[in-house]
Amino acid sequence: MRSERLTVRGNEAVGPYSLVRLGRGQLEAGTPGQFFMLEAPGRVLPRPFSLCIAPKGELGFLVDPIGPGTIAIARLERGDTIRVTGPLGNGFDLTVPRPLLVGGGIGIAPFPYLSERLGGPPALLGFRTAHHAEAAALVPNAEVVLDPTFVTDALPDDPGDVLACGPEPMLDALERLAPASQLAREAPMACGYGACYGCVVELDGAYRRLCIEGPVLRAVA
Amino acid sequence: MTVPILNASGCLDALVAPDVARSLDVFVTKTITPEPRRGNPPVRIAETDHGMLNSIGLQGPGIDTFVAEHLPRLAELGTTLWVSVGGFSAEDFRRCCDELEGDERVAAIELNLSCPNVEEAPETAAELVAAARATTSKTLYAKLSPAQWDVAAAARAVVDAGADGLSLVNTIRGLALDPATMTPRLGLQVGGYSGPALKPVALACVHSCAAAVDVPIVGMGGVWSGLDALELVAAGASAVALGTVLFADPFAPARVRAELGAEVAARRHAIPSTALKTPLSR
Repeated sequence: MRSERLTVRGNEAVGPYSLVRLGRGQLEAGTPGQFFMLEAPGRVLPRPFSLCIAPKGELGFLVDPIGPGTIAIARLERGDTIRVTGPLGNGFDLTVPRPLLVGGGIGIAPFPYLSERLGGPPALLGFRTAHHAEAAALVPNAEVVLDPTFVTDALPDDPGDVLACGPEPMLDALERLAPASQLAREAPMACGYGACYGCVVELDGAYRRLCIEGPVLRAVA
Repeated sequence: MTVPILNASGCLDALVAPDVARSLDVFVTKTITPEPRRGNPPVRIAETDHGMLNSIGLQGPGIDTFVAEHLPRLAELGTTLWVSVGGFSAEDFRRCCDELEGDERVAAIELNLSCPNVEEAPETAAELVAAARATTSKTLYAKLSPAQWDVAAAARAVVDAGADGLSLVNTIRGLALDPATMTPRLGLQVGGYSGPALKPVALACVHSCAAAVDVPIVGMGGVWSGLDALELVAAGASAVALGTVLFADPFAPARVRAELGAEVAARRHAIPSTALKTPLSR
């Protein structure tokens, strides 16, 4: 496990989101779907983010400013430094023959890096509004649907190998519709490295730490 | 002055973060209970402005699986090992201590007498300590709750019952509400409050107990920096444990140790080892 103070290289608005780019330091980009804990200035706990973009020498994270921690991170300016720990957890299995990326809202965050590593597979992205959908520009080959249409409405009959990230109801629906899919899940998390037992999800009848077993889990339907 | 740095029980899993565990002077396990425990339903974590709440509920494998499967791997770390044990009756404490008796891999047992997320045992803390004392010859540290009117009286009682040291303090019960819905953010509503907000509470408890009993005290509660650690030592602690800070900074032990050394060096004409002899402490 690596943890380092990284310097903010830039912070650009993407629709309602912020794309925060950090100098990479000695940290590795890891596998798409793995995550990093980012210090939230002024807050007690860091926040988990999957890597969005991995340009040379940088790590970029897409931030939805919805609470005090994410707002503090979204306000970072060039030259600020924050502690970053990662990459953590298990990412997507990239050895799939027919990948289809399915994402909703801020859940598209890992897709730019994932798409790059997979050679630009098709993507199906759902957003609440056209403003939120501006983030789709980060993902090549993306078909976009807006509320009230859901990605599950637009899912092809034979979706192939679904790699998904998004709101819980979307992931639960995909678990039923595409049983072999890989689902990147989320849970409130204090540490990200197995110390706190805060991020448990129920797997095989027991509470297991999402940061250790996931965050990418195989559908079990 | 050498101040051992420990982790607070439940704030580090040495088996998934061995490098962090090795950076400590002592690794303290998550509390082990006689039987396996599923733990509390999510949501288990809620950050607040100056701390955090947890509602884990002593999730764990139970003492038998711990001894058979976890202990051998923990012993391989090479770090001094304390096992935290807990339960819901004197019999539970007796059973856990009995399983560890004579096991040279375990340097000490910490008795978790104060988990805020589970039901309390019917016995008093002193009765639980007495049950453990009757079962084991190992060094026993009693971990007390700060949420009592006279923690010094509790300290005297557990020391009289056979505790060799005190771990001060556990978390205190707290509630956080969702600002939109005004409903509890944790699955079981209330949880254990930890982090920077707890430091003055910990300092007060360590200060009172150090004046009341003559046993070593592991001070903990909101330590984020070497200065925080030094304050606990000045109040009467002889070792310091890191809890919530490990969630934010896995490599805090080395940092806090270095900062503490610098803080002590900067005060070499008024270091806490002398402060300890003043009326501030025992």
